[in-house]
Amino acid sequence: MNIHEYQGKELLRKYGVSVPRGFVAFTPKDAVEAAKELNSAVTVVKAQIHAGGRGKAGGVKIAKNLDDVRTYSKELLGKTLVTHQTGPEGKEIKRILIEEGCDIKSEYYIGLVLDRATSRITLMASEEGGTEIEEVAEATPEKIFRETIDPVVGLTAFQARRVAFNINIPKELVNKTVKFMLGLYKMFVEKDCSIAEINPLVTTGDGNVMALDAKLNFDANALYRQKDVMEFRDLDEEDAKEIEASKYDLSYIALDGDIGCMVNGAGLAMATMDIIKHYGGDPANFLDVGGGATAEKVTEAFKIILSDAAVKGIFVNIFGGIMKCDIIAEGVVEAAKQVELNVPLVVRLEGTNVELGKKILNESGLDIVAAETMADGAQKIVELVG
Amino acid sequence: MSVFIDKNTKVLVQGITGATALFHTKQMLEYGTKIVAGVTPGKGGTEAEGVPVFNTVEDAVKETGANVSVIYVPAPFAADAILEAVDAGLDMAICITEHIPVIDMIKVKRYMEGKKTRLVGPNCPGVITPDECKIGIMPGYIHTKGHVGVVSRSGTLTYEAVHQLSQEGIGQSTAVGIGGDPVNGTNFIDALEAFNNDEDTYAVIMIGEIGGTAEEEAAEWVKANMKKPVVGFIGGATAPPGKRMGHAGAIISGGKGTAEEKIRVMNECGIKVADTPSVMGETLIKVLKEKGIYDKCKTH
Repeated sequence: MNIHEYQGKELLRKYGVSVPRGFVAFTPKDAVEAAKELNSAVTVVKAQIHAGGRGKAGGVKIAKNLDDVRTYSKELLGKTLVTHQTGPEGKEIKRILIEEGCDIKSEYYIGLVLDRATSRITLMASEEGGTEIEEVAEATPEKIFRETIDPVVGLTAFQARRVAFNINIPKELVNKTVKFMLGLYKMFVEKDCSIAEINPLVTTGDGNVMALDAKLNFDANALYRQKDVMEFRDLDEEDAKEIEASKYDLSYIALDGDIGCMVNGAGLAMATMDIIKHYGGDPANFLDVGGGATAEKVTEAFKIILSDAAVKGIFVNIFGGIMKCDIIAEGVVEAAKQVELNVPLVVRLEGTNVELGKKILNESGLDIVAAETMADGAQKIVELVG
Repeated sequence: MSVFIDKNTKVLVQGITGATALFHTKQMLEYGTKIVAGVTPGKGGTEAEGVPVFNTVEDAVKETGANVSVIYVPAPFAADAILEAVDAGLDMAICITEHIPVIDMIKVKRYMEGKKTRLVGPNCPGVITPDECKIGIMPGYIHTKGHVGVVSRSGTLTYEAVHQLSQEGIGQSTAVGIGGDPVNGTNFIDALEAFNNDEDTYAVIMIGEIGGTAEEEAAEWVKANMKKPVVGFIGGATAPPGKRMGHAGAIISGGKGTAEEKIRVMNECGIKVADTPSVMGETLIKVLKEKGIYDKCKTH
């Protein structure tokens, strides 16, 4: 789960990680009030959307006075911002962060990520702040320093110190930087982060070490024990169909194509998208109904697929192991009754109770194209959708 | 022969009194798996599906000699269940549970260092040696006994591959689901190594997916060590970057973990990769014929 920059900074503050003073605003009036309260020489107005690249896309403005703050707030709020991470449709700005400007001396990069190869958290740092870490890794990999963290002792002071010296933090600020990193790590572990990226971390003219930006991502599997993080969830930033799917424990991801997919199992669901593409079609979604799906869940899955106006056909691909084919068949029939099914439907059933499942579909009177294999089904739906 | 489990494996079910565990305990017993004990704290002294239930893994092992555990404990308590299995000195713990927080698994992996227990999973379908022992949630009837090893990050894609093989008369030695999580126990290399050392396994199918670099590392290992042909498949060639495709581990991040890269490295290392999931069996058969071992692998 992603959260907004201002929310991330709120969390960081709680862990003793320095961030500039700032307030979130939903209206230009709030923005001006916030700027008054900050009373700083320069005020930064930052668009809050769940995507990076906001600065380059014009989502960050420097205001010299309250009039500027008002003008920029009006300009940004309600505007659709297109960055390299939002896709061409962009994202509407509904919140802005009003923050005090600071006197930046140097910019650095600090990130905590999971290293899958070692099953440990790794601290990554570079003196090339402000640039995306992937670009640094590509161009100057020698400028990235890593520390693998032992979960027994956590990030140690000597590791943080070593990193600080390696990225050339001025020596009088090393202790502050160490404190910054230790706080960041503590938050990462206690809040079940999956990514915590501070880019840039800045040193300032008045001798501070601060997070100028914060990209935090949380482990979806741990949200049950992170109630305060859950409160940061912004449904406006999520796809409506994905929200609906999550209510029924369905794993759904919206894509750009026109062939709706309903599959059991994440691996098979991905492979189904692949095979549709292989035969020249475009999947409209990833959808895993899971191993323990009921007829009701299948019905809801069907409704969600059909709520996507781009869908011109549906491919149901089921390998029933625990998931029985007759349950899927009942769900499909029930869904077709509840929603008007006016697009072609190809169904491939295999596995437990397959004959019973096929019988239910045949006797339903629905216009269903049966497929023998995955390949057969994919070819048929691609042809039907044209 | 087979890898990891066989007809002598004595199985313990952790969390046996939960609905899912009860259902699968019944299925495993029907398949012929020797389930000797169950554990649910507080339910010690009772029975579930005719299996004696204990309060702790330690008690269960002491009383029954169980050597492998299968874990169906809910996610918030599953990491602790793995620790308990490791502490009891079991040979293997197979964790079916999905949605365990990553931070918990990082600690589990650290705790397991230097301990004897092999972990399979979490978030996996389990391990099956056809006609001998089924541990997990896979549909038993699609499997047939034979000489092809299967190792996979995905449950349903394993079933798909096994089904294709069985339909073509190619039996399996053991099928190992290593699970879809970013931090897991047994990895591709561990399973491949076991298959390499198993004289009854003549060839292997490895099924990977986007995210991480485990497939690339395994491919390099195959190139350097594997004495038997390996074919593969990678799911998620069309997955968009930055999105978790159902499995916690199936995500392309920072341009890393793409299907394209995995397939490229696998091909370079001599692993033939199936173009579509529909031809995993076909691709293997082609390779078996090329290597002159098709007849040896044809079991029915």
